[in-house]
Amino acid sequence: MPSSTFPSLAASRRLPNAWDLVAIVCVFAALMSVAHVARGTWVPLSAPDATAVSLDPSNLPNYAVRTTMRMFAALVASLLFTFTYATAAAKSRRAGLVMVPVLDILQSVPILGFLTFTVVFFMNLFPGQVLGLELAAIFAIFTSQAWNMAFSMYQSLTTVPRDLEEASYSFHLSAWQRFWRLEVPFAMPGLVWNTMMSMSGGWFFVVASEAISVGDNTWSLPGIGSYVALALQKSDIRAVFYAIATMLLVILAYDQLLFRPLVAWSAKFRFETTAGATADDPWMLKLIRRTRLLGALGDAVAGLFNRVSGLRMSLARPKPEAMRKPPSRAVDVVFYAATAAAIALALWEIVSFVSASLTWSDLGTAVLLGSFTMIRVIVLMIVATLIWVPIGVWLGLRPVWARRAQPLAQFLAAFPANLLFPPFVLFIVYFHLNTDIWLTPLMVLGTQWYILFNVIAGAAAFPGDLREAAANFRIGGLLWWRKVIIPGIMSYYVTGAITASGGSWNAAIVAEVASWGDTHLAAHGLGAYIADATSAGDMHKVVLGVVVMSAYVIMFNRVLWRPLYAYASRRLTLA
Amino acid sequence: MDATVATEMLLEVRNCRQAYHKDAATDLVVLDDVALTLKSGEIVALLGRSGSGKSTLLRIVAGLLKPTAGDVIWRGRPVDGPADGVAMVFQSFALFPWLTVQENVELGLEALGVPRDERERRAEGAIDLIGLGGFESAYPKELSGGMRQRVGLARALVVHPDLLLMDEPFSALDVLTAETLRTDLIDLWSEGKLPLKSVLMVTHNIEEAVLMADRILVFSSNPGRVASELAVPFAHPRNRLDPAFRQMVDDIYALMTRRPVKDHRVAAPVAAAAAPTPLPPVGTNLMAGLLETLAAPPYSGHADLPALAGTLQLELDDLFPLGEALQLLGFAVLEEGDIRLTDAGRTFADADTDDRKQQFAQALRAHVPLVAQIRRVLDERENHRASAVRFRDELEDHMSPEYAAETMRVAISWGRYAELFSYDQEAEQFSLEDIA
Repeated sequence: MPSSTFPSLAASRRLPNAWDLVAIVCVFAALMSVAHVARGTWVPLSAPDATAVSLDPSNLPNYAVRTTMRMFAALVASLLFTFTYATAAAKSRRAGLVMVPVLDILQSVPILGFLTFTVVFFMNLFPGQVLGLELAAIFAIFTSQAWNMAFSMYQSLTTVPRDLEEASYSFHLSAWQRFWRLEVPFAMPGLVWNTMMSMSGGWFFVVASEAISVGDNTWSLPGIGSYVALALQKSDIRAVFYAIATMLLVILAYDQLLFRPLVAWSAKFRFETTAGATADDPWMLKLIRRTRLLGALGDAVAGLFNRVSGLRMSLARPKPEAMRKPPSRAVDVVFYAATAAAIALALWEIVSFVSASLTWSDLGTAVLLGSFTMIRVIVLMIVATLIWVPIGVWLGLRPVWARRAQPLAQFLAAFPANLLFPPFVLFIVYFHLNTDIWLTPLMVLGTQWYILFNVIAGAAAFPGDLREAAANFRIGGLLWWRKVIIPGIMSYYVTGAITASGGSWNAAIVAEVASWGDTHLAAHGLGAYIADATSAGDMHKVVLGVVVMSAYVIMFNRVLWRPLYAYASRRLTLA
Repeated sequence: MDATVATEMLLEVRNCRQAYHKDAATDLVVLDDVALTLKSGEIVALLGRSGSGKSTLLRIVAGLLKPTAGDVIWRGRPVDGPADGVAMVFQSFALFPWLTVQENVELGLEALGVPRDERERRAEGAIDLIGLGGFESAYPKELSGGMRQRVGLARALVVHPDLLLMDEPFSALDVLTAETLRTDLIDLWSEGKLPLKSVLMVTHNIEEAVLMADRILVFSSNPGRVASELAVPFAHPRNRLDPAFRQMVDDIYALMTRRPVKDHRVAAPVAAAAAPTPLPPVGTNLMAGLLETLAAPPYSGHADLPALAGTLQLELDDLFPLGEALQLLGFAVLEEGDIRLTDAGRTFADADTDDRKQQFAQALRAHVPLVAQIRRVLDERENHRASAVRFRDELEDHMSPEYAAETMRVAISWGRYAELFSYDQEAEQFSLEDIA
């Protein structure tokens, strides 16, 4: 019986149900928060309350909403960037030559070091407005998210299965249609996963970027980060714990309301012909699917989206690569010449900017301090590996435990570790500990979880027949670790370790200096160098520090992680 | 096989039972009261359909699984973990992809603490014996399936086990490769070149069992039991075309298609519809294809299963569920190793697409209570919708979650073909939308 013969029944399915009540409350609460935050954004800096932060805990919900809004504003910007930049890099051979390496370098640059410049830049764009500060904070989060999202998209775009691409050409899909019907869906699981990982990293930066001091000026945007900064200044440990508790709730909500539903939803785009083991839908996704009103709204939005993405947006029929005219040599020459000129100009600018006030000995200092920070990162990676690899393997090989531990590790990775610094600092101050040693663990506080959950995932994916074979030949002890499990989880471990080590470099800028009231702690390292230069307003030293740190990170990646990853994916994968 | 060596008892399995406990429901019994003995100098095959628990039994013998009840005695001692002198060959080869052929083969020796020189010598010996000389430095990825399984064999033989366990060792290989590997292995065994006392293998291929084994234990499914035990009286090398060989294969087919004897304690006809049984995972296209083949000459409605399996290149595991599905729906009858079309089956084979769907729908409603129940619930509901979860939960009271999920999949696919209902995968919901 077609449902259209029972119009009343069909209509009744659209009537609100009990779930809708929950949904309506959620939607209106979200809308009101957006309106509230938007109002605060357009006021001039001089207005009372515009940038005032108070330690009264009753302000925390408001601050939490504003912090979250910045996250999402940055997310929208990152998505726009991803869709345009990655597509351009993948579609145009010439653009790709420049854009891909640029993206690679940007990924390795310590974002926190740049806060100084971006604040000045955006303040000049909107002089005297809170909006400038907001944009600077959003930009900081954007820079922590956009690069790896764009990379994921780029990689997906360059690996679209050949047969699907041929099918799209043979059915005359326009470039616009192909993008939305084939390329975006194909890129979706990777993109969603990377977006969520970036969001996790982003919480760290939103907290760090809300209280910014450049030279003599200190600005703070109402938010959880500035709340903690004020608490540190006023030596108020109770306020610090309030902030930690609030952030826990925010991350929990983000995890449950957004992360899990999105990841589960994106599984339907996975390009596999075999139906894998699928987990149960998270409760939020169930709610959305069961809610009639939201469902109808979703259908309307999806319908609109489908109509727009189905437009041809093109006059000519697209031709596959092999049928196109060969690229013109003349344009190539012009393109390369223009690129070379741009690079030369940029190099000249950098040299003249830095050499204006810096000497070779400054460079020597920065490099030396960089080596201190590098030793810290190496020691931390070794310690974190020795702790988390055995634990991760133990958990991963026990499915019941793995299922429980995995979400927890992801949750901990998302929690901005800088909120946890104050108790550590208090501890160091109280016991008069050596700052060069005891400030170090802060760098890995937030990033170690990437190692843990990747190792859990690797151990959980370790094939049962290989485990049985190892048991059958009674391989145990060190031999088992050496020949069986470590090679088996290596590619997962390296993935986690790359993220963890990159994050640790970045965290050095906030972890190597700490303060509690009037007590200032600093370790010897490049992070402290950059942080000091920033608070002294010495732009030239900041640039030098950031450049040297970028060089270290890039070297670290090229010399250690890249070859290791290449080896692991060539030799140690199970496929 | 050296007849002068006195046979010794190697392995004894008594009253072995393996059950998985499911909350609130009755135990799901995989193996029930299984006994098995193994003497030196013999190859024993465990033959049965998938789900008959034969692989489970092999893992119990290997010490990889602990039976729920019963004793496993290996050379006079109870097995409590992977035992000395037992090596296994896996269906999926289970080679470590990051180790070369040589390293894979040496791994078991390394675990035994064999010194490096001896390790290399023995590994090279085993690699040469099994015909892999020259491939020592290759990685498993670089090898074909047949070569990989040779590595699996060499790895097992190099530790000089008394007992070799093989879990469907040839089923992941193509026909020709599998045959070469089988004959190579049997030749080595007959010539006494293998450092083994006994072989226990699991297979679902009847010819393979008759070709290789001295003794065959035929398993019945649900729960797994040893249905019968047969001695294979032929000397190696065996000839597949020998009439006695063919007769034995036919006999085993007959044995395996014999209808299970009904349990008379619960024989009340009213209760027949009570407990749902797993549905065989067979597609509707395959069923239609077989019905058409059977209806047409040379079969004209009647075929010998071994011959049919040979012509259609179907394995036991494909053909049996197919035959069972047809029998369940009343389109065909299985008896004594033969398959015979019923009148309904003949009508179906002659009909066009729409008529076929109608006949299939009738057969489903008459013979498959699960599908009939889903449709009934949909008809009764005002909104003509029903969640799949509740039906699956009901199934799980009677079978393992995996079987329940598979049975649901089959019911959904059959019901969709018959246009009895439509199904929304994301909402896990049945409905009558788009059903005329």
